[in-house]
Amino acid sequence: MAEVSLRKVVKLFDGGVQAVRGIDLDIADHEFVVLVGPSGCGKSTTLRMIAGLEEVSDGEIWIGGEMVNDIPPKDRDIAMVFQNYALYPHMTVFENMAFGLKLRHFPKDEIKRRVDRAAAILSIGELLERKPKALSGGQRQRVAMGRAIVRDPKVFLFDEPLSNLDAKLRVQMRTEIKKVHQAVKTTTIYVTHDQVEAMTLADRVVVMNHGVIEQVGPPNELYHHPATIFVAGFIGSPAMNFIPARLSNGAGALRIELGQGLSLPVPADRTARYAPHRNKKLLFGIRPEHLTETTRTDKQNLAPITVELDVIEPMGMETLVHFRIEGTPVCARVDPAAGAQAGQPMTLAAHMDQMHLIDADTGKVL
Amino acid sequence: MNTTVAAAVSEPVSRAAPSRWRPSLSRSRKWALWGAYAGLILFAVFFLIPPYYMLVTSLKTSQQIAAIEGNPWALPWPPTVSNWLALFTDTQFPIFFRNSVIATICTVAISMAISILAAFSLSRMRFWGSATLATGVFLCYLIPETLLFIPLFQVVGFLGLMDSMWVMVLVFPTLSVPFCTWIMIGYFQSIPKELDEAALIDGASRLQLLLKIFIPVAMPGIIAATIFAFTVSWAGFLYPLAYIFSFDQMPLTVGIASTMIKADVFQWHMIMSAALLAALPPLVVYAFLMDYYIAGLTAGATKG
Repeated sequence: MAEVSLRKVVKLFDGGVQAVRGIDLDIADHEFVVLVGPSGCGKSTTLRMIAGLEEVSDGEIWIGGEMVNDIPPKDRDIAMVFQNYALYPHMTVFENMAFGLKLRHFPKDEIKRRVDRAAAILSIGELLERKPKALSGGQRQRVAMGRAIVRDPKVFLFDEPLSNLDAKLRVQMRTEIKKVHQAVKTTTIYVTHDQVEAMTLADRVVVMNHGVIEQVGPPNELYHHPATIFVAGFIGSPAMNFIPARLSNGAGALRIELGQGLSLPVPADRTARYAPHRNKKLLFGIRPEHLTETTRTDKQNLAPITVELDVIEPMGMETLVHFRIEGTPVCARVDPAAGAQAGQPMTLAAHMDQMHLIDADTGKVL
Repeated sequence: MNTTVAAAVSEPVSRAAPSRWRPSLSRSRKWALWGAYAGLILFAVFFLIPPYYMLVTSLKTSQQIAAIEGNPWALPWPPTVSNWLALFTDTQFPIFFRNSVIATICTVAISMAISILAAFSLSRMRFWGSATLATGVFLCYLIPETLLFIPLFQVVGFLGLMDSMWVMVLVFPTLSVPFCTWIMIGYFQSIPKELDEAALIDGASRLQLLLKIFIPVAMPGIIAATIFAFTVSWAGFLYPLAYIFSFDQMPLTVGIASTMIKADVFQWHMIMSAALLAALPPLVVYAFLMDYYIAGLTAGATKG
């Protein structure tokens, strides 16, 4: 087990495409870090550079206190789980898991002990004599994880391991992966484009976009305190609403003007922070779950907004309502009992203590 | 009330009645099967006539073959195996057979060794000119051997291999290696890259990757290429005809034609017996490995 450090790491592909643009990242021993971002953001390239499958164009990668830029994958003491499992089709499950150990000349009884232990952790003991083609997708992914576990490496690398599974199995395997990490505690770097996977699995989430790290932090911090408009919009489902806004002084207090005569009070504890940005183009950011029915409007920091609903989406435990403010589509989460109806006006409460104000030019959350 | 019920019952019947007749699925399937069988039988008869004629002729004496009143298609009675026995006692057939076996084993071994290594590097290693080289390999296959045998004559003479059976071991791979490499490139490219990467991370070297992962996974493609190399060598005629003159150095193809046709006298009974026995090894190889052969060719065709 080991810590991993990335120092100004750059990846430049043939043709001048810069996939990773000088990222810095420190991952502690035993930590579970998830790299998340949209397709082409450089997350998989970063993982492959850590694995040694891609050369580093510039910068340094350190694993366990050793710079590994010029060390081949087999000597980095890492194990990787791939999206399409990458099991050797001509070998049994046992042989698949034992392959790495055999190449490293482990004694036979030690190989058997390690495979049996991993099989017990992953509940695949009865599959050891089967070939990969006789396994389901979930079982194959367990075997791929088993192949990583038996090696007892310094670092586990997961490259979108659940993307090929159906939705139900994905949730199940997510729990399995978390259990495995709790059992073996190996430093883990996990790549996904699914923000739910990132939030549920990670000790810390690294949000990447266009080859740079947008923000690093624990899942809740990213959710409640996003640093940029990209992170604010990427984390959370349905995504955060962004409505063009400006600041004004009304009745002696700072207010957010949204158009359509909508004016919301800035929470008192944020007045000083927002005041310098009066003349800027701003975006008012609020998550759908912080725009709710008005049953609690008497409480502090809830501001009423009356809108005309366009579409209603009942989800069972909640109802999503869609409407527009100054032409901008907005989504809110309300109680199914709130009586929302399409085409009808509804008064919603904006939880102003959960709002975000974003500089429209820089994309930074103020 | 009765009228209403009758109308209600008759309605679905009238709806179900088709406006025009359509054959049922099972009926069209039956016709398709009959058509397929008829076509296949015709095809099989067409291709089985030559070997049947060879068999019938090989079981006849020279007099029976020459007899004007005899039916050339009918099995003789009593049949004779004296032609077959004579092949091994009175002719150089065993020597031709031995030469063919040696040349084929060597050709297959050399072709596979070269083409597996070439295909592995061309499909998996990125180096300057690799794509051009892969295209070049395919283009080599398109050059007919009739164009090459005259320039190769010079090369063979220079190497001192003229009139030696070893010339086949030198020249047959020039025909088999490009096609085998092309088949193998297609097959290797169909193996997911993640498999290499998993093996490299597991600790495999490039050679171990080839021996422990690629070759076992690509076995159908390798068998297909092996059968092709085998066929090229076993059935090779033009090169040995051009470069080998001594009977004791000839393979089956040239040996049979050279020793059993004397001037304008064709020893049909011997020629047919020899040809039939010469066709046996490919038949056995094909029968055992046909499934792999088709799988390998298909992979090469779609991915290469």
